[in-house]
Amino acid sequence: MTSKLQPVDIVIVGLGWAGAIVAKELAATGLKIVAFERGPPRATSPDFLAPQVHDELRYWNRHELIQNLRKETLTFRNHPAQTALPMRQLGAFWPGEGVGGAGTHWSGLTWRWLEWEHKMYSGTVAKYGRQIIPADMNLQDWPVDYHELEPYYDKFEKSCGTSGKAGNLRGKKIDGGNIFEGPRRYEYPNPPLKQNYNMVLFERAARNLGYHPFPVPASNASRAYVNPDGVVLGPCHYCGFCTAYGCEADAKASPHFTLVPLAHKNPSFELRTNSLVMKVNLDSTRKRAVGVTYLDALGRELEQPADLVILAAYVFGNVHLMLHSGIGKPYDYETNTGVVGRSYAYQSGAGVGALFSRDTFFNPFMGSGALGTWVDDFNGDNHDFAKSGYIGGGGLEAGSNSGTPIGHHPTPPGTPRWGSAWKKAVQDTYQRSVGIGGQGSVMAYRQCYLDLDPTYKDAFGRPLLRLTFDWQENEKRLMQHQTQIAAEVAKEMGAEQVFARREMARHFSIVPYQTTHNTGGAVFGDEPHNSAVNKYLQSWDVANVFVVGSSAFPQNAGRNPTGPTGALAYRLAATLKETYLKRPGPLVQA
Amino acid sequence: MSANDARGGGVNRRELLKLVGAASAGTLPLGAAAACDEQQKQAPAGDAKPVGSPGAPRYGFFNFEEVLFVEAAVDMLIPADEVGPGALELGVAFFIDGQMSSGYGRGDRMYLQGPFIEGTPEQGYQLRMTPAELMQAGIKDVDAYCREKYHASFHDLASSDRNAVLHGLEAGTATLTTVPAQVFFNLLYELTLQGYFSDPIHGGNYGKGSWKMLGFPGIGGMYADKITEYRNKRYTADPVGIQDLT
Repeated sequence: MTSKLQPVDIVIVGLGWAGAIVAKELAATGLKIVAFERGPPRATSPDFLAPQVHDELRYWNRHELIQNLRKETLTFRNHPAQTALPMRQLGAFWPGEGVGGAGTHWSGLTWRWLEWEHKMYSGTVAKYGRQIIPADMNLQDWPVDYHELEPYYDKFEKSCGTSGKAGNLRGKKIDGGNIFEGPRRYEYPNPPLKQNYNMVLFERAARNLGYHPFPVPASNASRAYVNPDGVVLGPCHYCGFCTAYGCEADAKASPHFTLVPLAHKNPSFELRTNSLVMKVNLDSTRKRAVGVTYLDALGRELEQPADLVILAAYVFGNVHLMLHSGIGKPYDYETNTGVVGRSYAYQSGAGVGALFSRDTFFNPFMGSGALGTWVDDFNGDNHDFAKSGYIGGGGLEAGSNSGTPIGHHPTPPGTPRWGSAWKKAVQDTYQRSVGIGGQGSVMAYRQCYLDLDPTYKDAFGRPLLRLTFDWQENEKRLMQHQTQIAAEVAKEMGAEQVFARREMARHFSIVPYQTTHNTGGAVFGDEPHNSAVNKYLQSWDVANVFVVGSSAFPQNAGRNPTGPTGALAYRLAATLKETYLKRPGPLVQA
Repeated sequence: MSANDARGGGVNRRELLKLVGAASAGTLPLGAAAACDEQQKQAPAGDAKPVGSPGAPRYGFFNFEEVLFVEAAVDMLIPADEVGPGALELGVAFFIDGQMSSGYGRGDRMYLQGPFIEGTPEQGYQLRMTPAELMQAGIKDVDAYCREKYHASFHDLASSDRNAVLHGLEAGTATLTTVPAQVFFNLLYELTLQGYFSDPIHGGNYGKGSWKMLGFPGIGGMYADKITEYRNKRYTADPVGIQDLT
C-alpha cells in the first residue's frame, strides 16, 4: 500500500544540470522543495578521487556512472513497421544516474547555439523558401530567440567557469573566436585551454583553407576560478580522464559541486537519492498534478503531494513520465497527431582518421574532455543549403580527449583485427594518429519519435519507452559532406594517410557508442498542436507541470546540447520566481 | 614460433592440469596451463607473483577445460613477439576469469527480460545469456566444433588450425551448436583487448606491459605544464597504475 507523505511546495524530478539549476535558483524562496534522484549521492571527495577514478575499464567499459539498464531501458527500431527490441546493453548513448546526472561524466563542451539554431524554420524559409523542406521534416522554430536567452547562457557559462574566446562581443566580430556566434555581452569567464600539437596543425590548416578556427568553449577550467556563487573550480590537469569520469580537481563543472550544495542553503530543501519517481499523479480532471509516486531505496512505494512538479530528468525520462502519467496528448505516428514523443532527434557524427609521418608525436594521453579547436564554417546556416544539398550543418574539430588504450588504439584500414600484424600496427600508430571529426545536426521527422512499447516492461512494471529512429537522406548528405571537408583539412595538416573512421552507416545502430546528445519528445513552442509545453516550458494540459531539458528542443544542432539546457533551466527558474509562483496558472492561453 | 607452438604438442596437459588443480584445492595457479613447458619461464612478468606464493592469481571461475581454451585463444589473438608482450604472459586469461564472476559477467547491468526475439544488427544483443553464460556455452561449442572438424580440442590444434578456427568464428563461417559464432568471438575478443590494455588492478596487463609497449604513461599524469612543451615531442614516463598510487 502506498503511504502518503506531508505535502510540499515543489517536487523536482532528476538532479542533473536542469534540476540542480532550478533547485539552486529557487533556494532563496525558502519554499519546501524535494528533489528526487534515481541514483546515489555523489561528491568529489571521496567518490571521484584518484587513483580509483582513473580506471578506464570501470568507468568507460563498465559504465560506472551511467544508467543501469537492468532497471530501466528503452526499446529501439529503425522504422515504424519493425518490432522494437530492448536495448539490453549500453551502446549509442549514456544517460547519467546519480546526483549530477550526466553532468558528472560529460566532457564539458558548453555552446551557445547560433541565432539560426533557435529559428531553424523561419531562418530556412527566409533564405531558401518553403520548397527546400522535405514533406516528412518537422522543421520548427524555438518559441524564444537567442537574444532572449543570452543572459541565461551568460549565467550558465559563469557558473561553469567556461574557458573560451568570444567571437562576437556586442556585435563586434573578433578573429580567433567564433565569428558566427550571436552577439554576447561578455567574454568567457576563463581564457581558452592550452592547445596540443594536433590543434596547432588543425588551426593552421583550417586558416589556410579559408575557415575560421577557434577554441571549443570548455567547462574544464583553464585556471583556478571562483564562480559568482563562490564555488571554486579547477585548474584542469589535462589528465586525460574526463569524458565518462568524475573530475577529482573540480575543474570540470558538474552540478554535484557547482549547484547542489547551494540548493541546500534553503533549509526547506530536501534531496532524496536512490528514489525513483514512477509517475506524476493527476486529479480527477486530469488538468492538475497533485504530486508524484516514487520508490525509495528500499523499494517502498510512497506518494509525495506537491503544488508544482518540475520534470528535469534526461530526455527519455521526461518523455516517459509524461506518457506514463497521461500528461499531454501522446504522439501518434499513424495519424500524425499528438505531441508527447513527437520530434525526437539524435545527432550525427562524421569524420576521418589521419595518420602522420613516424616522426610525429601527439601524446594523445594529454588532454581534457572539451579540449579542441573547432571550425563552424559548415555548421548552422553558415553555408549554402541549396548548394550543399541538405538543411542544417556540422562542426569540425581536432582535439585531445584521452589516450587510454582500451578505447584508443587506432589502426589504419586494412590492418587485421588481431595477431602480430595488428599489434605492430597499434604500436606504430599510437603516437601519430588523430581523428578529425565533428557533430552534425539532425532534423525532426514524422517517422522519428518516442512512444510507449506495447510489450516490454521495466523492472518496476512500467512499459518501456520505444525509440523509432533512422538516418534520413538529409542527414546522410550532411555526414558525407562533413567527411569530405574533414579529409581536406586532414590533408592540409600534412597527414600521410587519411581514411573514413567508420563506414557510412545506412541505418542508425544502437550498438556502438556515438553521442549522448538526444533531443525532443517534449518540444516547447507557441502552438499546442505541435508542442508539448509552451514557451515557458509549462505543460499545455497540466499547468502545474513544467518540463525542462533538451527534451524541449524541436530539432538537434551540430553542437552539444548542455549550453542551451542550462540556459533554459535558468530561464525557467526566473519564470517561476517572477511570474508563476506569484500567480499559479497557465502562463499562455492555449 | 609462438609460445603455443612450443607447448602445443606432446605433453598431455589436461592430465597435468587435473593434478595441479587437485593439488591447489580446485583452483589453478598462475601459469598452470603452461607449467608443463617452457612457457612458465617467460610467463609471469613484472608484478606477477611466483606460482604458488600467497596472493598469486588463481582461476576462480573457469574449469580446467575452459582455462585451456581461453589461454590458447588469447595467445592466438595477441601473441608474444618482438613488438611486445602477448596476452597470455600479461595474465589476460586471469583477467577474463575474474570478469566472468564479476557483476559484469553475471549481467548485473543488462536488461534480461523477455520475450527474446532475433533482431536486426542495428538492434544489438538480444540473447538471454549473461556474458559468463555466453562464454561458457561458446567454449563448449567451439570444443565440439574442433572435435568434429579436427578430432582434437582447440588447445591441442596446430597454430595454423587454431588460427583458422578463430577466423571462422570471427567471420561467422564456423557454425556453433548453441551460440552465434560471431557474438561469441566478439565477446572473447573484447575481453582479450580489455585484459591486455586495462589497469593491472583488474588482473591483466602484468607489469603494465602493454602500456610500456605503447608508451602510455598510465593513470597518474598531470600535464598542464607539459602539453605545450611536448608538442611533437615524445613524452615518456615509467607507467603508473592504480596500485602504484594506493
